[in-house]
Amino acid sequence: MLLSMEFLMASGIGLVTASGIYLLLRGRTFPVVLGLTMLGYGVNVFIFVMGRLWSAAPPILTAGPNVADPLPQALVLTAIVIGFATTGFVIELALRSRHDGGSDHVDGKPDAHGRQAHGAGDGR
Amino acid sequence: MTFFDHLPVLAVLLPAFTAMLLLLVGDGDAQRVWVRRIALASVLLGAVFAVALVALAGTGVLTVYRLGEWPAPFGIVLVVDRLSALMVALTSAVVVPVLIYASGGWDSHGRHFHALLQFQLMGLNGAFLTGDLFNLFVFFEVLLIASYVLMTHGLGRERLRAGTHYVVLNLAASALFLLGMALLYGVTGTLNLADLAVRVPRVPAPEAALLQAGALLLLVVFGFKAALVPLALWLPATYAAASAPVAALFAIMTKVGVYAIWRVHGVIFGADAGASAFTVQPLLLPLALATCVVGVLGALAAHTLPRLIAWLTVASVGTIVAAIGLFGAAAWSAAMYYLVNSTLVIAGLFLLAELVASQRGPMADRLEPCSPVKQPVILGLLLLLAAASNAGLPPLPGFVGKLMLLQASSGHPWAVAVWAVVLVVGFFTLVGLARAGSVLFWAVRPEVPSGSSGASPKLLLAPMALLGMSVLLSVMAAPVQRYTAAAALQLSDRDAYARAVLPELGGPAADSARPYRLPQPQPLPRGPQPGGQP
Repeated sequence: MLLSMEFLMASGIGLVTASGIYLLLRGRTFPVVLGLTMLGYGVNVFIFVMGRLWSAAPPILTAGPNVADPLPQALVLTAIVIGFATTGFVIELALRSRHDGGSDHVDGKPDAHGRQAHGAGDGR
Repeated sequence: MTFFDHLPVLAVLLPAFTAMLLLLVGDGDAQRVWVRRIALASVLLGAVFAVALVALAGTGVLTVYRLGEWPAPFGIVLVVDRLSALMVALTSAVVVPVLIYASGGWDSHGRHFHALLQFQLMGLNGAFLTGDLFNLFVFFEVLLIASYVLMTHGLGRERLRAGTHYVVLNLAASALFLLGMALLYGVTGTLNLADLAVRVPRVPAPEAALLQAGALLLLVVFGFKAALVPLALWLPATYAAASAPVAALFAIMTKVGVYAIWRVHGVIFGADAGASAFTVQPLLLPLALATCVVGVLGALAAHTLPRLIAWLTVASVGTIVAAIGLFGAAAWSAAMYYLVNSTLVIAGLFLLAELVASQRGPMADRLEPCSPVKQPVILGLLLLLAAASNAGLPPLPGFVGKLMLLQASSGHPWAVAVWAVVLVVGFFTLVGLARAGSVLFWAVRPEVPSGSSGASPKLLLAPMALLGMSVLLSVMAAPVQRYTAAAALQLSDRDAYARAVLPELGGPAADSARPYRLPQPQPLPRGPQPGGQP
């Protein structure tokens, strides 16, 4: 089989993580938050895959021959919850920083080249 | 079970419930007196628990607390050994003075300071007590989420800017933590620290490479938390921007990273780890020595007093990690002794820095001549004491710790480098602090009005308590050193740790950490099954 599930998962995780890192290195807070979210997705799928890829294997004991490892699924659930909460916090912090500092640049640099600031709602 | 059997979990639950209570009480000016009283009573009770834990661990018994009575590799355990009890006690020793200091006014500059401090305390105690890697991650997140809010306590543009960097960097580090941990789980099938210590040596060479990749990813994460070069540059910016009590509290936070390096890379991937033995040894010592050098150079170049102290934090972390990187019971004992002292001194220095800055008129904490300090004698003497202890002058505990480290390094191939770096760094620390002290106290411009009436005794009490404990560490050097030496031996005995946590070790259950038996006559082949086929 040319395109195995393993290849698909591995390259998918790699692509999502690479996109996340690229966005994380951007200068404005919005892409940075998006990058953190994408990185989180990549990491979550990675943890899930560490229980190995099974098909038709339930994560509970049954009479069937195959049982999938349930622990990574539980770990992913915890990681998703924590990731969600921290993303919410970082969005709030970025908004606050943008309001107090007057710029959405991560280093607080003023908007150069007359670039329109994000967030049209605050009357700029 | 008696009350004392529940001590390990009480050390985590007490701050958690106190925090909830404080949130219920509210945050207004009317309730502030009560909030302060409840918080202080809670941390004092926590200090009693911590002392009881140290007394318990001091007998040499490894206490394993099974949460929900689930046996070890399946359920999560809290483990109290000498090192974790020492770290919990150190946390209490820092938190109590910080809380008293913050009650002097800082807690009214933002919302819910005391509740967040309790959440941070819960995360710290949990991280030091847990015996499970994923649980360590969860407690890391608890203490980090509290620290994100504490970091921006008081707000202000500079604080928010540094806070955003701090949060984003830590979230990226958390992602790496999960990746490294998942790799460890993927290869060994367990996340219990004791079980990992048993299983990692059994992993044969080709798969050990994957395991070591996971370990190195974790080194990046813990090195980042501990502020190890090249991941140290976030620390001075963050700590210098944070409010003084928060920065003093954060002095213990870098030590969580150090502690995790110890547990994971010092023990699990240390000696007797089979194909993965000493995974990080070629990296740890050079990086730690580089951290010392970079830290002290930063301290010499600093323009403000908090930034200078933050760079000294980096240098002290370098010294501790260098001792861990020497891999030996004597060096680890030195590391523990030095860790306790440097944490107390640095927390005290951050508080002192603000007291000095508040009495210097317009220049505040900038290292430029300005109006004379209102209370030069007491503040100057405290700063001198802290500086001498940090630089390692006899008879203060910084000297004892460094002496222990130098003795332990003799015979090591890197001994010359360790001696050179530790001594030169100590000298330049003294130069940096002496320069700062002479500008602050002697190069004064009396014509500039100070506008300060001096610090209240309550505010002065906190740094005095922290530095007093540091002096006590020197007076009581012999018993403390006996404790740390025993702690280092206990820490490196991975078999005793595994026996205590996994009582059924050697039985059939030890073969499979996964909580189920495969109902087949023969176990499934290793590695991924062809899963994508319909």
